[in-house]
Formats: sequence, structure tokens, C-alpha cells
Amino acid sequence: MNSDLEKYRIKQLSIFSENRPGRLMDLARDMKEAKVNILGFTIAEGSGYGVVRMLVDKPEKAYEKLSAQGHVVKFTDVLAVKMEDKPGGLYDLTVLLKEAGINIEYAYGYRNSPAAVLILKVEDFDKAIDIILGSGRTLYDISHFR
Amino acid sequence: MAYWNPKIETMPIADLKALQLKNLRALVGRLYDNSPFYRHRMEQKGVVPDDIRTLEDTVKLPFMYKKDLRDYYPDKLFVASKREIVRYHASSGTTGKPTIVGYTRNDIETWSESLARALTSIGLGSDDVVQVANTYGLFTGGLGFHYAAEKIGAAVVPASTGNTERQIQLIQDLGVTALAATPSYMMYVGEVAQKMGVSIKTDTKLRVGLLGAEPWSDWMRDRIHDWLGVKGINCYGASELAGPLFSECEDQQGIHFWGDLTMLEILHPETQEPVGPGEKGEMVITMLTKEAFPLIRYRIGDISIMHEEKCSCGRTHPRISRITGRVDDMLIIRGINVFPSQVEYSLLTNPELGNEFQIVIDRKGALDDMLVKVELKPEAFTDNINQLNALRERVEGKLKNLLNVGVEIELVEPGSLPRFEGKAKRVVDRRMY
Repeated sequence: MNSDLEKYRIKQLSIFSENRPGRLMDLARDMKEAKVNILGFTIAEGSGYGVVRMLVDKPEKAYEKLSAQGHVVKFTDVLAVKMEDKPGGLYDLTVLLKEAGINIEYAYGYRNSPAAVLILKVEDFDKAIDIILGSGRTLYDISHFR
Repeated sequence: MAYWNPKIETMPIADLKALQLKNLRALVGRLYDNSPFYRHRMEQKGVVPDDIRTLEDTVKLPFMYKKDLRDYYPDKLFVASKREIVRYHASSGTTGKPTIVGYTRNDIETWSESLARALTSIGLGSDDVVQVANTYGLFTGGLGFHYAAEKIGAAVVPASTGNTERQIQLIQDLGVTALAATPSYMMYVGEVAQKMGVSIKTDTKLRVGLLGAEPWSDWMRDRIHDWLGVKGINCYGASELAGPLFSECEDQQGIHFWGDLTMLEILHPETQEPVGPGEKGEMVITMLTKEAFPLIRYRIGDISIMHEEKCSCGRTHPRISRITGRVDDMLIIRGINVFPSQVEYSLLTNPELGNEFQIVIDRKGALDDMLVKVELKPEAFTDNINQLNALRERVEGKLKNLLNVGVEIELVEPGSLPRFEGKAKRVVDRRMY
């Protein structure tokens, strides 16, 4: 593993959550109380449960708070690609990844004016980082989210 | 009123009791001589065959429990030799190992005789077409009704379970007059028929439902009658006893328990002492003529009331009221017996899961639906939904293999299920009977 590229491994929080009314509210309250700002956010739906994934400004603090509240929480490494906020931006990126044979496990985006951010979970991080940076695109590193 | 075996079925009560005693004494003597298990149990209670002089002496005999069937797996309680055994059936056991039941040729004959008397008492005979929608295979329901229906000369449609649309087509095309099934499946057949545009009441010849293997109510019976035009007959049996053995007669005054083949006692739930006719208690069954796998004073776990007076149909044998409950925590899901301990046993084989679980039972339409909530261990959590789903499916598969009934698993957060200081209440049963 190339240690120069480590900074591009963004620490996303993944939380196991039952699919029932109020459970997301509990999470949101915990983040509020810990004064953690949520930057990006998505819920993947299983059967009867969900996995909440979020990018926050203070991952360690959020992790501590959530664990203390009894949540099952884990860090997952993801990439954050800076996207030009215009039609075709996602298409161009996916063409690039497809041609390099990189599979996307999951992805979600959010707008961070003036650009947009695409969060990517892939298996082969180093290759993906190499391909994306090599195409002249920008990857946000850890410092961007603090 | 037609009888299959009029001499036996209508014999005076005093004569029946004498026959019962004769058969009981023969059984006890036979087992004392041939079964190390029963001999040991009798020695422990300090009883010898000669102590059994009246039917009241039955209380001197030792009980037999479901646990014994498990402890002496697979065939250590059998009295017949392998040469004499012609059939095995199995039901799912309480902790993984199934309960095995063996039959000699005479056992199969007695089983069919018992149920043939029952089917005749409902008015079924050689003009009838009986569709057996109970599971064929290790479960005794399918073959039990099959043999008895053939014995009385009816035509059998061995449909087994599943493919309900085809079952309904066969009911129509073959002029089926009786369907053997669980009461919930009977209702389901009605629902599916309705969707197909078929009225069971007016478009088919179906008039009798041979229903059992799960709890049901007079309310359901009325509903089946009013809606489908089918007379719901309450049937009783268990694999340990042989299979389905008994039913109500046409007059529906309780389930006839053939006294020459069985001896029924009802015990007070607390004192464990026999109670009189008309009093509710735990059923204890002795199979008087079984050869391969005999049972003396078997604690079957069902709760009912015994009636001894002669039935309006002319039969003199004892009857029991509808089963009103269980002495243990056994559940019946789509006709299959399920113990929470089996669920626990299976879940414990998965290192990803915690020890807490909860069983939630509901009715979806007419059919039972069983959901098991189980806590995921924190270290087994992964961000990968596919892996979590695969885990869930693996756990479901293991449970289905053990229980023979489909189960839905829901993974829940650690610490989210209720904890109990005393006896755990792991079952939430939302079914209405």
C-alpha cells in the first residue's frame, strides 16, 4: 500500500440500524449532542435493518459518541471525488472506472458548492486513486473534511 | 350410521374396560420381559406386572417423556427387531436430533384400522374421493390418511402440500369429496379458489375437511362451513403415537379415542393426579397394542377434557374435547411442531449472532408466518449489505432444515431485544384462532 495515498482514504461511519420509527432520530440526536456536523449521508436498506453511512467533520468524536450510545458502528474507507457540477460529469467518471475494470460497491453524492462530491466505495483503492488522479481529477483528502 | 368395526366400536362400556385391562396387562408383561428401558423404569417405581390388576392400577406405572425419545435416539426404545420393522417416520426433535418412530406390519395395520374407523364415522366410504394435502414423507400426516382412506375403499388423491391451484383443479376435476389438511390450509384453499373464480361451495363436491395438526377453533369451523360448505372434522394424532389416529364422528361430540387400542388419562396440571371425566387436564396416553415402539403413560403435553358417556352415534369409546392448549412451550406452525429450544439450538451454531432471540408468529392471510429476531454481534457487522443478507439467508436455511418449516430471520441491533431475569418469554404469538 502506498502511504502517500493513505490520506485519500476517507473515514466514513457505517452504522447498523434497525428499520423502525425513531431509530434515525436517535442517531441524529447523538450527532447533535456531540456537535458533529454531517456532510454526506445515505441509508442502505437490508431486510428489516439498514446500514446508515455518513461522512462527518469529526469522525472519531462521532464514533465515540455512537459507541457509547450502544450503536454498532464501524469505520469504512471511501474515496471522495471532486465532480464538476455539470451534466455528464458522472458519466465521464464512470467511463473511466469501467475501462479500468474498477467495480463500484456503492456510491452516493452531495453538492458542496461550487463543486459536487461523489463518495465511492471500491475494492481496489490504490488502483482507483491512481486512475482518478491520473485523469486530472481531484480527490479530496482527509483534511478536507475536518 | 355406518361403523367400520361395529363389534368393537359399540361394545358395552364395561366390556370395553375389560378389554382395555386385558390389553394393558399384556402390554406391561410384554415390555417387562422384553424392554430393558421399561423394566428398569418399573423397577425404579417398584412395580411388577402382577401389580396391575385393575385400570386404576395404571397410576403405579412410570411416565414416559419426550425427553426419553431424545435420550434413546434413534431406536433404543424399540422392542421389535430390525427384521420386524417395515417403516420409519421421523419428526423434528427438540434439540437437533429428530424423533424416530418405527412400525411393524401390525403397527401399520393398527394405525390404518384406527383411522379407518374414524373416517367411516364421518360418513366416508368407497364412494368418496379423499385428497390428502398433508405432507407425504417423514411426516406421518400424508401416509396416515392415505392408508386409512384406501382401507375404507375411498379413492385417494395423494396431492401432498403445495401447488394450491393444481389442488383446486384436482378437487374440481376428480370430484374430490374430502380434503385432509391443516385448518389454515383449508382456509387458504378457499382464498386461492376465490381468486381463481372457483366457488368451493357450488363448483366442487368437497364436503368434508379432515382437519388437524394445529390449534383451531369453533369460529374457524363455522367460517369453513359457511364460506366453503365444508364440514370441518377435528382430527387428532401425533407421530409418537403412530400418526393421525382419531377424529370426531358425524355428530361432532368430541374426538373418539379407541379404547381397545389406547388408554387415555387426564392429569391435574398441578397435583399430577388423574382427574375425572369432564375435568380439564394434561393428556397421558398409553398405546395398548403397539409393537415396534411402545408407549406407556406418555406425557404428550396436550391439554383437554375426557368424556366417557356413550356418544349419540352409538360408539362407546371415550372422547376428548378440542385441545385447549399445551403444558409446554411447543408451537405449531403450519401444522409442524416447533419448540423454541430448537430455534435456540440452531441459532447458537452461528458465531455472528448473539444469544438473545425472539419468535414472532402471525397469520398472513390464512397461513402462519414465523419471524425470528436475533441480535447481530457487533464484531460481525459489516458495511457490506450483501454479506449481511447472505448471513441472514444462511441462518434461515439452517433453521428451515431443522424445523421443516420456513422461517424469516430479522437481524436486530445488539441489546435491543428484551432481557429476562426469570424464565425468558421468547415467543410473541399474534395469531387469532
